[in-house]
Amino acid sequence: MLPGIPLFPEQASTLAPEVDNLYFFVTAVTAFFALLVVVLVLIFAIKYRDRTGERVGAPITGSIPLELGWTIVPFFIAMAIFGWATLVFFHIVRAPDQTLEVYSTGKRWMWRFQHIEGQGEINELHVPLGRPVKVIFTSEDVLHAIYIPAFRVKADAIPGRYSSIWFTPTRAGEYHLFCAEYCGTKHSGMIGRVVVMEPNDYQAWLSGGGGLSMQARGEQLFQQFGCASCHLPDGSGRGPSLAGKYRSEESLANGTTVTVDDTYIRESVLTPQMRLVAGYQPVMPTFQGQVNEEGLMSLIEYIKSLPSTRQTAAAPAAAAVAAAPGAPR
Amino acid sequence: MTTIVIPRVNYLNVKTTVASWLLTRDHKRIGVMYLVVVALAFFLGSVFAAGVRIELTTPEGDFVSADTYNRLFTMHAVFMVFFVLIPVVPAILGNFVMPLMIGAKDVAFPTLNLLSWYVFVTGFLFTIAALALGGVDTGWTFYTPYSSNVSESNVLLAGIGIFITGFSSILTGLNFMVTIHRMRAPGMTWFRLPLFVWALYATSLVMILGTPVVAITVGMVALERAFGFGIFDPRLGGDPVLFQHLFWFYSHPAVYIMILPPMGVISEVIACFSRKNVFGYSFVAFSSLAIAVFGFLVWAHHLFVAGISPYSAMVFSFLSFAVAIPSAVKTFNWTATLYKGAIWWRAPLMWVFGFLGLFLVGGLTGLFLASLGLDVHLHDTYFVVAHFHYIMVGGAIMGFFAGLHFWWPKMTGRMYSDGLATVAALLVFVGFNLTFFPQFILGYLGMPRRYHVYPEEFQVLNVLSSSGASVLAIGYSLVAIYLVYSLFRGERAGANPWLATGLEWKTESPPLPHNFPETPIVNEGAYEYSKREVKVA
Amino acid sequence: MPNGIVAGADPHGHGHHPALQHHFQTLDQQHEASTLGMWVFLVTEVMFFGGLLMAYLLYRVWYPEAWAEGSLDLDIRLGGFNTVVLIASSLTMALAVRAAQTGAQRATVRWLLATMVLGVTFLGVKVIEYAEKFELHHVPGANFVYEGPHGRQVEIFFSLYFGLTGLHALHMIIGVGLLSVITWMASRGRFSTEWYTPVEISGLYWHFVDIVWIFLFPLLYLVDRAHHFA
Repeated sequence: MLPGIPLFPEQASTLAPEVDNLYFFVTAVTAFFALLVVVLVLIFAIKYRDRTGERVGAPITGSIPLELGWTIVPFFIAMAIFGWATLVFFHIVRAPDQTLEVYSTGKRWMWRFQHIEGQGEINELHVPLGRPVKVIFTSEDVLHAIYIPAFRVKADAIPGRYSSIWFTPTRAGEYHLFCAEYCGTKHSGMIGRVVVMEPNDYQAWLSGGGGLSMQARGEQLFQQFGCASCHLPDGSGRGPSLAGKYRSEESLANGTTVTVDDTYIRESVLTPQMRLVAGYQPVMPTFQGQVNEEGLMSLIEYIKSLPSTRQTAAAPAAAAVAAAPGAPR
Repeated sequence: MTTIVIPRVNYLNVKTTVASWLLTRDHKRIGVMYLVVVALAFFLGSVFAAGVRIELTTPEGDFVSADTYNRLFTMHAVFMVFFVLIPVVPAILGNFVMPLMIGAKDVAFPTLNLLSWYVFVTGFLFTIAALALGGVDTGWTFYTPYSSNVSESNVLLAGIGIFITGFSSILTGLNFMVTIHRMRAPGMTWFRLPLFVWALYATSLVMILGTPVVAITVGMVALERAFGFGIFDPRLGGDPVLFQHLFWFYSHPAVYIMILPPMGVISEVIACFSRKNVFGYSFVAFSSLAIAVFGFLVWAHHLFVAGISPYSAMVFSFLSFAVAIPSAVKTFNWTATLYKGAIWWRAPLMWVFGFLGLFLVGGLTGLFLASLGLDVHLHDTYFVVAHFHYIMVGGAIMGFFAGLHFWWPKMTGRMYSDGLATVAALLVFVGFNLTFFPQFILGYLGMPRRYHVYPEEFQVLNVLSSSGASVLAIGYSLVAIYLVYSLFRGERAGANPWLATGLEWKTESPPLPHNFPETPIVNEGAYEYSKREVKVA
Repeated sequence: MPNGIVAGADPHGHGHHPALQHHFQTLDQQHEASTLGMWVFLVTEVMFFGGLLMAYLLYRVWYPEAWAEGSLDLDIRLGGFNTVVLIASSLTMALAVRAAQTGAQRATVRWLLATMVLGVTFLGVKVIEYAEKFELHHVPGANFVYEGPHGRQVEIFFSLYFGLTGLHALHMIIGVGLLSVITWMASRGRFSTEWYTPVEISGLYWHFVDIVWIFLFPLLYLVDRAHHFA
């Protein structure tokens, strides 16, 4: 499939037209100024040409109104672009509340995708048409970046942190998936495709694979590692209850607070003593080396699913403290 | 033509032994010595670029292996950035003409100036050693943890090379700053300074404040590699993105080290060949300082997709738009300078026109990348590659050539062929656009940078780009040929072949060993063309 | 415009101060240039240390416990002793500059020697501290061992400890080298009340290196002492 010379990328997500409209606007504005200057330079250079080299130019040294004009006008134009671009950006980084979540791990030089229902795939990502999808990912080794040009989204994969992108596909088809952050020898081989399917086809595809859902897999790990013996649901165990804790504020032994998010859960499994919840002893062992990135993501998915059965007494009042600094990004 | 007086003793013939060059403390000779090393680095960097462009003519990786390709683009950038773009205008032209322009006998610390050159060469040799042992494959940005924990190439040696070279830059900046403060001739007040001197002053500021940070950052990576220290190591809880912050805190301002001095050159050449004052002198002067200062506040626009908070991204985006304004002001002022001038079409001016065209595109496409919503899509694609080549090659290198053609008669006492120089400027301009304009399109299509193999549909544009690169190569070779030829057969230039104002034209060509027979006294601004009667010599 | 001058001849002729370099007009101009040069150099040094201090600051905010633990492992008595030594050396350096200013040649040499002795003492103590860290396997790298809940982050602390103090020690070594040249020049009577610029700018450098230590000592040794000794 070699469709001649493409000059413009496909638009296959709801974000793509937003980004493209901005792109056309900025192109128009900059082309205008570029042409303005080029035309003026050419006119002046020809009109005032002196073949002898002997004459002198007019004694003009400057003009304050002009200087102010061409400082202020470009400034306001720049601000207009800035404002528009920032709005688009917030659409790109802020996922809607209800999204289909897919987890992913990058390692040299492949992407693994893990669907919540249990499907796993490598260098391919199947998603349904018309539904917002959020991909949550990290890296096992060096920096990578997930980049899907047709959707106009990109974010770096950083070891030790979770990043995410979201998009709502608007056209069924296959699209490029690139690693956009240089990651060594086969960087350009770390590519794949995103397959956007009709919702029915997607359902069929999902049920075709089998395997445990991430939540079930997480529950399995939760039992297997013996997490359940301390993290009792009613809060009476040696560790805090995890029921309904996802996205809640927790106060820590060192006096600060933290939002229980993906990164904090990951950190607590790997380095439990780093940021201990207030009121508990540093007795939890590390699971570094025993659980891989996918296992971690499954555990997170499981903890997310734990319902907030009742208001446990352990939730301290300090949680109300204003915006916590959050996990180290 | 009246007879041209050739100085019996000038800086070139006062002593001619090799030792007299290697131990010289004369800023003019040191400038020439930088020219030699930078030309060598430029040649090396171009060879690597040629390798990259040949590989990219086909979508498959069939010319070199992936590993070799990665080393090619890394070494291309390392040589071009640290050994060409950063020193090219300040260390060559700045060293040569700045003391002349302010009527000084030399820079403030001539021995230190020579030391800077040796430090530069030492860093260069380390980098050559890294190259000889197989090169580096991290990309010139040395992002951790790939550079610190994973890469098996010669990161340590190249890092040491860059660390050392950084000190050459720091010492040059220090020397220039003190020179401009303390060595001006009587009557050479701040607002009579040529704009090139203002630009160098602003550049020195960046060199002094920025370069030490990248030196210590590269030093930290070296400690990680050499001794297993862990400062950016995610396995210890270190933050690989901290490296990016520290790296770009220097490396973004470094772009202004590359572009501010050529901007200064442009002001000089435009004023001379339109026989006018530079329009809005003080606005042009202060815009250099504004760029130098704002340049330190925009580094995180390289990290918009690296997981920084959207609000800090917003602030850095705003500041990045702000830094565009002084550059726009300069461009408008240069254009206005041409208005009602008496424009003498000579080769240096043709290079300036080339600069204006390319810098405009480079600067304006910067607005795309400063726009948060667009940068998510464009970051790390060929759009970025095209953008910074327009600034660095289209801007800095075109500006350098404008300056080199302008001051060549002063440096060598000889004229080159004006016709050939005009043809070369045109070739470079056309070749450059052919090479890099398609890359904007490739970038928006989504082709990531640093890709050894790529999807087929990108091939046509890549072939176009590679063919442009060969035109570019012809253009640069032509420059080398006629300039070298002029050394032997060029007409004698005389003290002031362009009938320019400026103190450097008031001494002989080539200048005397101590620049001026006696210290000049200045009583007017830098570009008082209209007050003078200009006559052909 | 007269064209050409005789090469090699003194371009200015006649009896200048022997220390005046040819490209300066006056000794004053030369002095001002040198001093400004050193100040600018010190600014670059601030930025140089600044990169490391930025990393220090970030990780200290992220890992306060690891910082407290790592800091407690440093020997506060040796660090404190070294702080006193360096403050004393700043005094002797200032006295050396003062002596040079008043033309007291022997006093200049004496105070410079005292400064160097104190500088070497500091470095000697630093060697003892480093040796101890080495034995305890607290040097980051493959042999690093640290028991405790924050072991990994403590390794970052020690990376920065060695980075910062190592860089500072390197500056001390350069400083001692610089002072030995200046002392030699002073003992040969090169300085006078008219011209003592090298003593003065070496002093600026020495004071700067001292000040860096004044920052490093609390930042590295005193992170959380109050909780443990109060």
